[in-house]
Amino acid sequence: MKGAGLRVAKPAPAARFAPGDRVRVAARPALGHCRTPWYLRGKMGVVAAVHGRFRDPELLAYHKPGLPARVLYKVRFKQGDLWVRYLGAAGDQLEADIYEHWLEPAK
Amino acid sequence: MHDPEHHHDEHEHSDEENHGHHHDHGPFQKDHDTGPASAYEVLEEAIRSLLIEKGVVTAQEIAAQVDLMDSRTPALGAKVVARAWVDPVFKRRLLKDTRAALSELGIDIGTLAEFCTVENTPKVHNVIVCTLCSCYPKMLLGIPPAWYKSLAYRSRTVVDPRGVLADFGVELQKDVEVRVHDSTADLRYIVLPMRPKGTRGWTEAELARLVTRDSMIGTAIVVAPSGPAARRRTAR
Repeated sequence: MKGAGLRVAKPAPAARFAPGDRVRVAARPALGHCRTPWYLRGKMGVVAAVHGRFRDPELLAYHKPGLPARVLYKVRFKQGDLWVRYLGAAGDQLEADIYEHWLEPAK
Repeated sequence: MHDPEHHHDEHEHSDEENHGHHHDHGPFQKDHDTGPASAYEVLEEAIRSLLIEKGVVTAQEIAAQVDLMDSRTPALGAKVVARAWVDPVFKRRLLKDTRAALSELGIDIGTLAEFCTVENTPKVHNVIVCTLCSCYPKMLLGIPPAWYKSLAYRSRTVVDPRGVLADFGVELQKDVEVRVHDSTADLRYIVLPMRPKGTRGWTEAELARLVTRDSMIGTAIVVAPSGPAARRRTAR
């Protein structure tokens, strides 16, 4: 109830990725709380926006202060890249918010 | 309710009327009283009692939070959507910085999450889901519907959004992009639906009445009434 806010204003070091960058979601397992859904692990997408820095939910979940804060990105995926047999239209997309430590540059 | 003087009160709310807000009395009162408590209610009560006993939160703080949530309903979101429809400059601000735009309308979304508004256009239809839990823009729309929290909606919306939308009666052409937003982290999403045709000249308040909760989640399209309802409106 006494939330100090999850967004961390400063200091703001440069984000590793910029809008338009192609990225891959790390395909690693996670022990404990994690905000990276399984169905996106190992998938390629494009950075659509940089949301800023937020306290790390993987630490907050265990009563830690959640620092260092993580840069959070909006990543856009083509539905056709996520599912073997996607039933919708070719242009359909999905966006999810992914923390920097779960993203790798995609060649 | 614990005051013997009030045993014969005929009105349920007389306690509140006589003594101000009943939350000030301390003990948390149940909202529902429709039978034996479920396992979840017992669990909630146990955790709540422990939190209060250990001084983590007070009963007053819990009551204040319940009151805050009760003050947030889809009508609040509808007001924002209607404003965006009639005021293009406000709409731009809403899409760019939802927190600041809502603040202009006196809506405080708190500090637990950021908000992001996504705009439906003739080319893009947005739909909101939270596959990991049930993140929802509560500070704007209130408590989510049960289906939003269901495993079926959460798992199927990402893999078959058009199928889910069809279940809600929304059939989209193949050339309209369906864009799913999985609220995986610190942002809460709200859809700005398209203003329906046939509403030229409508006032902001009239427009707000058309906006439904589901249209702001993305599982419905806003439609203007036609036939007798529309005629009644113009007759006013």
